[in-house]
Amino acid sequence: MRIILFIIQKEFLQIFRNKSMLPVIFVMPIIQLIILVNAATFEMKNIELCIVDKDLSTYSRNLSSKFEGSPYFVIEKQTFSAKEAIKYIDRGVITAAIVIPKGFERKIVRNEKNIKIQVLVDAINGTNAGVSQAYIISIIQDYNKQILSKFLPVNSPGNDIETSRRFWYNPELNYKTFMVPGILVLLITIISFILSGMNIVREKEMGTIEQINVTPIKKYQFIAGKLIPFWIIGLFELAFGLTIGKLLFDIPLVGNLGLVFGFAAIYLIVLLALGLLVSTIVNTQQQAMFISFFFMVVFILMSGLFTGIENMPEWAQIADKANPLAYFIEVMRMILLKGSGISDILYQLFAIIIFAVLMIWLAVWRYKKIS
Amino acid sequence: MRKFIGFVKKEYYHIIRDPRTLFVLIAMPIAQILLFGYVITNEIKNASIGILDHSNDEITKQISSKILSSGYFKLDASINSEQEIHEAFRKGKIKEVIVFEPHFGERLKKEGIAKIQIIADASDPNIANLLTNYTEAIIRNYSISITTQNTQISLITPEVRMLYNPELKGAYMFVPGIIAMLLMLISALMTSISITREKELGTMEVLLASPLNPFTVIAGKVTPYLLLSFIDACLILLTGYFVFNVPVNGSIILLLAECLLFIFMALSLGILISTATKSQQIAMLISLVALMLPTILLSGFIFPVENMPLILQYLCKIMPPKYFINIVRTIMLKGGNLSTLWSDTLILAGMSIFFILVSVRKYKIRLE
Repeated sequence: MRIILFIIQKEFLQIFRNKSMLPVIFVMPIIQLIILVNAATFEMKNIELCIVDKDLSTYSRNLSSKFEGSPYFVIEKQTFSAKEAIKYIDRGVITAAIVIPKGFERKIVRNEKNIKIQVLVDAINGTNAGVSQAYIISIIQDYNKQILSKFLPVNSPGNDIETSRRFWYNPELNYKTFMVPGILVLLITIISFILSGMNIVREKEMGTIEQINVTPIKKYQFIAGKLIPFWIIGLFELAFGLTIGKLLFDIPLVGNLGLVFGFAAIYLIVLLALGLLVSTIVNTQQQAMFISFFFMVVFILMSGLFTGIENMPEWAQIADKANPLAYFIEVMRMILLKGSGISDILYQLFAIIIFAVLMIWLAVWRYKKIS
Repeated sequence: MRKFIGFVKKEYYHIIRDPRTLFVLIAMPIAQILLFGYVITNEIKNASIGILDHSNDEITKQISSKILSSGYFKLDASINSEQEIHEAFRKGKIKEVIVFEPHFGERLKKEGIAKIQIIADASDPNIANLLTNYTEAIIRNYSISITTQNTQISLITPEVRMLYNPELKGAYMFVPGIIAMLLMLISALMTSISITREKELGTMEVLLASPLNPFTVIAGKVTPYLLLSFIDACLILLTGYFVFNVPVNGSIILLLAECLLFIFMALSLGILISTATKSQQIAMLISLVALMLPTILLSGFIFPVENMPLILQYLCKIMPPKYFINIVRTIMLKGGNLSTLWSDTLILAGMSIFFILVSVRKYKIRLE
């Protein structure tokens, strides 16, 4: 035990004597949280629109004012030719154009068939185009409903179905409260994984690991001594990040924080063991970096951080069962935003414990005191 | 020149002899393209929802079946009362609950108005917003269709044309993004690490004391990475073309030339980082935070720049990948040529010259 304490002391001294380490631990989380949380949003508002109104009638103006009034659109341009609108799309000035044809009003009033409106959407970003299209169509449908109520015979019963929406846990649909817990996971994952993995590889690369190998320090003591400091730093980062999230973004923190830290403690063990495992298969920091980056990107992209896991194909969802990040992000969001208790996260808890045992066993088995 | 070639060869062997690095070099672009192509999607299908039908009549059944047959939703029948919603949301089992009021059909017939409540788990606001929008659209369509059944009123039909990407394929967005990301990774990150490594291990001293000109040393160190990045860029373009049918509508030569320009820019950035740092760990962290994150997040590759706050939009303007991604997208999808792209190209070229000048100034041929 005393030996482990000495190694921990040595590690902490080394970490804190390294001047560039402190900014990494304190400044990076703040910058990352601020930039990432603000940048990572799928929220669509202010879709730039061009209205090509060839009819210039009360009806067509009514329709365009509907777009004007919607929070999703800003009318950036107005022209009279569809060609010009396409040019604007070409240049990226606008995202979509609505072309109202001549005779629009006449057709509605005379109740003619085939009243058409052309909608042009810049679809290079397919997802965005899909959402823009949905919003545009819903506004046109709304307008249709107005026409219907206007032209319906006076005493025939309408068929108005009134829908009301209720958004639980986040009534204002604030995207930031959703991102903060996920970004926090990303943050402690990157920092603890890179620092721990690189640390041992660095000793290997510099040759100093030989010196430790020839001392009577036991394998488990060395591993524990190497990993405990980063485990502490990781938990500290979590506390630090949560504080920033609370202060800057006012995330709700509904659930039990003890549960969050308990889960994080086990998660960090998985991560650090993984870092150790990587360090046993590579020789230089560059290799370690390259390999870690590869797996990190795969893990992060599949973690549900940016896009929901339930939208993924079946096989990917099954593969995701082996992704510790996915469990932690899910649990963080459940506890912090919805106040889920331990009984709600039992499945994830068991999964992460199994991971921890497996990873530690693998890493210790692979780690050898001889080079 | 012969010395230089010899030096490049040495560096090249260093990289290529390590099977792990080689594996990642080839696997990374392909894995990422496949991930983005098949896995990363915001398209909603089969979201689990609950339906609380307090009325259970002809019309509510019709509406429910319309909603469930849309492909967006899948019924989770475990919800039977309002009290269970909270529990189900907390367990993360369902995303949305649709509640029909009692006597729904009767009211609709007699009073002409009936109510539906949509309750969404908005802990994921994006999904909640999309789901409620889809649900409302289906209900609205239903209500319009039963109203027009017995009347002659004709309605406006929107005709939607999706320009450039009629099938709304995601690949058009991410193929250029992945190219930028990988070129950045290999050219900037790997170069900065490999130069700092020589410094950290003390072998830089040996190289500097050799008859090689210090600038030849640096040029020799980065050349293999230039080659590798270029090969990876081609690999991505080929995978994009053959797997996802992403076309190259513009000139392929211009596209490759622009790739080279971007690689050059990334290499000079890598060199700049290596002149400023002493240890590999620091070089790595700087590259990750200052290069990789912005490349992924501030370039419009995953998250559209237009939706970001203004300050970040300005920040995006100084990020080289943004220009590169725009260039690649324009050439590949809109078939653009140099006449539309000269400004972006000039900005990238200007950036590389700037980075090179700064690193030449900062480059020390002596160790302190």
